[in-house]
Amino acid sequence: MDTIVKILFAIAALGGIGVLFGFVLGVAGKKFAVEVDERVQAVRAAVSGANCGACGYAGCDAFAAAVVRGEASTSGCTPGGSKSAKALAEIMGVSAASVEPMVARVRCQGNCNNVKPRFDYAGVPSCRAAGSLSGGPNACEFGCVGLGDCVDRCPFGAIRMENGVAVVDQDVCTGCGVCVAVCPRGIIQMLPTDQTVVVLCRNKAIGRIAALQCKTACVGCKRCEKQCPTNSIVVKDGVAEIDETTCTRCGACIPVCPMHCIVNFYEREDEEVLSEQPKDEA
Amino acid sequence: MSPIVKILLFMFSCVLTNNYIFSRFLGCCPFLGVSNKVETAVGMGIAVTFVMALASLFTYFVYYYILVPLSLTYLNTIAFILVIASLVQVVEMFLKKSAPSLYGALGIYLPLITTNCAVLGVTILNITEGHNLLYSVLNGTFGALGFLLAIVLMAGVRERLESAKIAAPLKGFPISLVIAGLMSIAFLGFSNMFAGVA
Repeated sequence: MDTIVKILFAIAALGGIGVLFGFVLGVAGKKFAVEVDERVQAVRAAVSGANCGACGYAGCDAFAAAVVRGEASTSGCTPGGSKSAKALAEIMGVSAASVEPMVARVRCQGNCNNVKPRFDYAGVPSCRAAGSLSGGPNACEFGCVGLGDCVDRCPFGAIRMENGVAVVDQDVCTGCGVCVAVCPRGIIQMLPTDQTVVVLCRNKAIGRIAALQCKTACVGCKRCEKQCPTNSIVVKDGVAEIDETTCTRCGACIPVCPMHCIVNFYEREDEEVLSEQPKDEA
Repeated sequence: MSPIVKILLFMFSCVLTNNYIFSRFLGCCPFLGVSNKVETAVGMGIAVTFVMALASLFTYFVYYYILVPLSLTYLNTIAFILVIASLVQVVEMFLKKSAPSLYGALGIYLPLITTNCAVLGVTILNITEGHNLLYSVLNGTFGALGFLLAIVLMAGVRERLESAKIAAPLKGFPISLVIAGLMSIAFLGFSNMFAGVA
């Protein structure tokens, strides 16, 4: 009984002190009240709310404050896309700049069928750790390591691992770009969603070695270069690169590629490309 | 020794020999977190000084006029945290109103003064070392000024590091920790300077 009284007494005393301070704080809060711009609240409600940091600010609250201060662009929220850009422009009373929707593309097809492992990796399950270990566990030292750093970091759950290669679900991807920064191989690229013709290889090794490393590696044969009507595809550093600004998405480069590493994402949607074997073994 | 000399020596010992960061290793989180720019470091130091001085004052009254009469001295930690948390809230409101730019620069570290162990450390040490009211407040104020000195020195060094060539593995926090260690060793030189006085 005595103990209980003691405990209750302690609680009451501490509670009393707490109430006293609370009262003082309440008075101080009234005295030092700062008028918050109501537009901040409105902007905060209109952005994606993912706190992904793609805008360059420390979370959505900081971004909202920066937009109202006029520091950040109303189209700065990439995950929110054109919808939130429009809403923000309305709140801020400026004309909406059109936002080109972007999507992350994993430029690698080096799945378990196409790339041979060089050694069994049994360390920390992270691409950064594995990739830095003598060129990584896969035969190709340019491609996807396959341990899913990007999967872990994607704030929207848009990336999954399929047969050892990261695959982006382009309907879920908001184009925030977090995965681009996290991939140690730099194989993920932000591209306009309508840029559907993509070279899915970053292998810079010379042709013969590239072909040995991966069944779908770009060997730098320049057939695509010769075929392109607008000269938008160029082999640079042993790997074909498409200039998205001039590419007309005609797809002329796709059938001529002997390694099947140029892909049209429009056609790709229905088929299970990554589990599919390349047609001819080059 | 006249009491004034004694007080003066006590002040110096708080800043130099008993520096909260370099000899007691309290308050290392803001010391490393907010020491990127001299400007924000000064702001943080002043905020901590304000909180620490007032916390010493209030906890003295809370301890000797509330906890001791009610024989609840074992509650001092939680009661002091309560005092510090309230003070930090007041400082936060005050800064938000009067210095929004400083408020923005301090960011998350401002509410984290609540859990700054230097602040709690000062208040607890005041009790365990049996300081009277004057000495408690002096300990809080000058201990915090020692913190200010340390964080500003650190910020000065780190600003210069920005343009220095540093090996990649040491960049950022590792080199900062090395510097903090060296500064701590340098401050070791002040130890026993006021031995037997404070």
